[in-house]
Amino acid sequence: MNGNFDRNLSNEDLLRRRATLLQRIHIDGLLLLLLLTLAVASLLILYSASGKNMDLLMKQASSFGIGLVGMVIIAQFEPRFMARWVPLAYVGGVGLLVVVDVMGHNAMGATRWINIPGVIRFQPSEFMKIIMPATIAWYLSNRSLPPRFKHICISLAMILVPFVLILIQPDLGTSLLIITSGCFVLFMAGLQWRWVIGAAAAVVPLAIGFWLFVMHQYQKQRVLTFLNPESDPLGSGWNIIQSKAAIGSGGVLGKGWLQGTQSHLDFLPESHTDFIIAVLAEEFGLVGVCLLLLVYMLLIARGLVITVQAQTLFGKLLAGALTMTFFVYVFVNIGMVSGLLPVVGVPLPFISYGGTSLITLLAGFGILMSIHTHRKWMTQA
Amino acid sequence: MPQPIRLKDHEKDSRLIRKRAVVGAVFVLLLTSVLLARMYYLQVVQFEHHTTLAENNRIHVQPIPPSRGLIYDRNGVIIADNRPSFSLTLTRERAGDWPKILDEIVAVLELGPDERALFEKRVRQGRRPFEPVPVLFELSEEQIARIAINQFRLPGVEVAAQLVRHYPLGEHFAHSVGYVGRINEKELKSLDPVAYSGTHHIGKTGIERFYENELHGEVGYEEVETNARGRVLRVLKRTDPIPGKDLVLSLDVRLQEAAEKALAGRRGAVVAIQPQTGEVLAMVSQPSFDPNPFVTGIGFKAYADLRDSIDRPLYNRVLRGLYPPGSTIKPMVAVAGLDAGVVTPQTRVFDPGFYQLPNHSHKYRNWNRTGDGWVDMDLAIARSNDTYFYSLAHKMGVDRMHDYMSRFGLGQRIALDMFEETGGLMPSREWKRARLRQPWYPGETLILGIGQGYMQTTPLQLAQATVLMATRGKWIRPHLAKRIGDEPVLNTNAPPDIVLRDPKFWEYGIKGMESVMHGERGTARKVGDQSLYRIAGKSGTAQVVAIKQGEKYDRNKVAERHRDHALFVAFAPAENPQIAVSVMVENGESGSGVAAPVVKQVMDAWLLDETTGQLKAEYAPPTAAVGSAP
Repeated sequence: MNGNFDRNLSNEDLLRRRATLLQRIHIDGLLLLLLLTLAVASLLILYSASGKNMDLLMKQASSFGIGLVGMVIIAQFEPRFMARWVPLAYVGGVGLLVVVDVMGHNAMGATRWINIPGVIRFQPSEFMKIIMPATIAWYLSNRSLPPRFKHICISLAMILVPFVLILIQPDLGTSLLIITSGCFVLFMAGLQWRWVIGAAAAVVPLAIGFWLFVMHQYQKQRVLTFLNPESDPLGSGWNIIQSKAAIGSGGVLGKGWLQGTQSHLDFLPESHTDFIIAVLAEEFGLVGVCLLLLVYMLLIARGLVITVQAQTLFGKLLAGALTMTFFVYVFVNIGMVSGLLPVVGVPLPFISYGGTSLITLLAGFGILMSIHTHRKWMTQA
Repeated sequence: MPQPIRLKDHEKDSRLIRKRAVVGAVFVLLLTSVLLARMYYLQVVQFEHHTTLAENNRIHVQPIPPSRGLIYDRNGVIIADNRPSFSLTLTRERAGDWPKILDEIVAVLELGPDERALFEKRVRQGRRPFEPVPVLFELSEEQIARIAINQFRLPGVEVAAQLVRHYPLGEHFAHSVGYVGRINEKELKSLDPVAYSGTHHIGKTGIERFYENELHGEVGYEEVETNARGRVLRVLKRTDPIPGKDLVLSLDVRLQEAAEKALAGRRGAVVAIQPQTGEVLAMVSQPSFDPNPFVTGIGFKAYADLRDSIDRPLYNRVLRGLYPPGSTIKPMVAVAGLDAGVVTPQTRVFDPGFYQLPNHSHKYRNWNRTGDGWVDMDLAIARSNDTYFYSLAHKMGVDRMHDYMSRFGLGQRIALDMFEETGGLMPSREWKRARLRQPWYPGETLILGIGQGYMQTTPLQLAQATVLMATRGKWIRPHLAKRIGDEPVLNTNAPPDIVLRDPKFWEYGIKGMESVMHGERGTARKVGDQSLYRIAGKSGTAQVVAIKQGEKYDRNKVAERHRDHALFVAFAPAENPQIAVSVMVENGESGSGVAAPVVKQVMDAWLLDETTGQLKAEYAPPTAAVGSAP
C-alpha cells in the first residue's frame, strides 16, 4: 500500500532503512529533504540579497530551526486529533482577528499584529492560513461528497468571516490567500464544475465591486502600477521596473553569486523579502529559476501524492488544499515580481526572509507529514 | 467526533479526490509553464533590453569640469584665479518636495526670505535631470557644520567643493576683464551641452566673455558605478579634462591703479595704449564695481543698487561711452587737410572770433570770442582755434572729412578682443539721408571740423586715433590679450595703414600737438611745463547740452551733471612714442585744466623711473631725434 515514491525508494536499502526510521518519528523523508534543500538555497540567496548580512542570516537559520522543530511536533499529532480541535481553533482565530481589528498593533500602515509585550507578537491572519482549510476540511469531511448547495453556502460563510476581518486590517494579499485556501478544500471535495465556472465568471463583477467599495488607495495604486509600471517610474512603478530589469539582466546563466548589480547597488527594493526571486534570477539566471521551480514542483507532487494516499477524508481534503495553496504562494510571488500580477505582498515560500511565514509554512508541511505517517495500515518495515 | 467513514462512500470519495488531485496537478503544471514562459521572455527574449536598463542604472557618466584658465597682467600679477569654494547643492529629483527642503535649508542656516527667493530662482534654473544645482556658494565652516548635523532633514542636499572664479583685484578690472556668472537659460540653449556639461559658469562680459572658448578648456569624463541613492561606489573609467588656457593681458596693474588714482574719484575713463604694439596698458572706467558678487550670483538689492546708481558703475565708459570728440580730433583733421591738399602748413586764416559761410549770416563762433587774429596750422592746433578748422572743414567738404576720419577708426569698432564695444558714429551724407531723411547742410561740415555735431566717439577710439598720430598711420587693433596660453596674440584683421601723400604731413600735426603742451600759447602749457619729457597732446570738450545760438556757456547756470565732459588725448615722449593716453572726465568741463593733468599722471607712471623720478633710459628720445625740442 506504499505510495509510488516509497516503492521507488525501497530499491535502495540504505534509504529505505532511513525512511522507515524517519517514519517512526512521523517525518516524511522526501519532504524533509526538499525542505532542507530550500533552506540551504534560501540562506545562499539571502546572503547575497542582504549584502552579506550574517545577522540576518542567523535569524533566518534559527527561524528555520524553530519551524522544523514545530513541524516535527505537529507531525506527531494524529490528523484525527487535529480534526477534533479545529472548530475551537477556528473560533479562537476569528476572535483574535476581531481583537486585531479593534486594537491591533500598527505596522506599515496596516493593523495586523497581536502584541503582548515580552510574551508574544504574531499575526493571527498568518495562522488563519492553516486553520482556514482545516476548518472547511473538517466541515466537509463529515458531509457526503460532492458537497450539497447548503454545505457549500455554510463553507463559504465560514470562509468569508475571516476574509472580511483580514481585509479590513487591511491586508488584501493575505485575505485573498485565505479565500483561496478555503476554496481549494471545496474544489478538492468535488465542487461541481458549474460552481467552479460560475465563480470564475463572477470574478470580474466582483473585482469591479472591490475596486469601487473595498480597496484602499495604496492597494488601488498597486494595481494601477501593475497595469502600467512605466507611468510612474520613480514612484510606485519603480519596484516592478527594477525587478524586471534584475530578472531580465540575469539571462540564462545569471551574473554569478554575489555579482547581481541590481540588488547589490540597492536598485532592487525589498530584495531580501518579497522580491528575492529577482535576486536569484539575476545571479543564477533562467537555470536557477528552473531549478527552484523544480524543487517546488517536487514538493507539490509529494503533497498531491499524500493527498491521494491519505486515508481519512479530512486528511485528503486538508492535504490537497494545503498543497494547492502552497503552489498559489509560489505562483503569486513569482508572478508579481516578474510583472504578471499586481504587487500584493506575498513572500516566496521558504526563500524570502521572515520568520512568521516560514513557521506557518513548516507547520503546514508538519500537517502533511502527520497525515502521511499516521496511516493505520501502513507497512512498517 | 467523526468516525470514518460511511464505508459505502469511501471508494467514491477517494476516486473523486484522486480526480481532483489530477486536475490540481494539471492546473499547477499549466501555471508553472506560464511562469517559465514569463521568465524565458524576460531573461532570454528581452535580455538585451534589461541588461541595458540594469547597466544604465548602475553606470553614470559624470562630467569633470575643466579648470578655467587664469588671467594675469603683463607682469604676471594674477587678475582672475580659481578658488576652492564649498557650495551647497540641491538635486531636485532626489530632494522630492524641494521647496520644502529649501525652507529647511533657510531654517538651518538662519537665512532670510531674500536668500530663499534666490535659492528658488537658482533651483528653477536647474538643468539636466539629476544634476545637482548649486544654491549657495562660499559656505563658511559653520554653515558646513550646520548642514552636516541636519543632513537627515535634507535629502538631495550636498556640500560640494568646486573651483569658483575669484578676482583678487576686485573692481580694478571689472570693465576690462569682466566676470563670469552662472549660465542662464538663454545661454544654455546656445551652448554645446557636452562641452559645458560640468560647468556652471560662463564669461559674461569683458575678456572673460571674449576669450570664453580659450579660457574654458575641455570637459573630462568619469564613468562611475552608483547605487540607487546616487552614491558613487567606484570609478570605472576616467578621461581627464583639459584645463583652459591661461591669458596674459597687456594691462599693467600698477598703471591701472595709477590711472584710477589720477581720476581722483571723478567719473571718467582712461585708456592707455602702447603705440608700437597696440597693447592696451590701462583701461579705466570710473566708478567701477566689484565683480566677485556676480560670480556667485548677486543679490536682488545689491544689483538694483548698482544698476540704478546715478553714477552708473556698470556702464563701461571706455567701450560704450559715446562723446563728441570735440577738439581732440583737430590734429587728425589738420593732417587730413594737408593730405587732401586744401591747406598747407603755412596757410593762415584770420580769426575775428567767428567764422561765417559765404553768403550766410550765421556766425560759427570760436571758443575765444575775441579771436586769435592770424593763425596758421601750428597755432590753430596749439590754441585749438575753431575758426581755422571751420575754414579747413569747409574746404574739405563732408565726404573727404568722413573718409579721412573713418581711416582713423572713428565710427567703427576698432578693438581686437573687447566685448560689446560700440562703434560710435562718423556721420556722412549717406548716413544722414538714410537715418534722418535730410540732405547734408554745409554748416554741419563746419562743426564736424571741431568734433561736434553728429559725431560720437568712445574714449578707446580717441586713444587709437592718437596712437595713429604717434605711429604715423600704422594700424594695429588695440587689444587686451598679450598671450593666450603660449601663443602671442597676432595683429589680425587690421584696417589698412594710413598712407599720406607726403609722410612729413604727420610731423605738422604732431608739432601742433607738441605746441599744445609746450608752445607759448598752448592750451595745456601749464601741464606741459611741468613735464620731464615732451608730450604731444590735444584737449577737447564734449558738450552735454547744446548751447543756443548767441548764448554763452555759463557754468554756474548749468547743473553739475550737464556740464561739459573734459577730454584730452596725448602721446609721449613726442620724439619716441611709448604711450598714448585718452582721458574723459565726465562733467570735468576743461580738457586742458582737468583731463590733461590726468593724462600726465598716467604718462609719468609709465615713463618715469619710480626711484629716480627721471625718464626711464629706454624711453629717452633718440639722440639724433628729428625735429627735437629746442
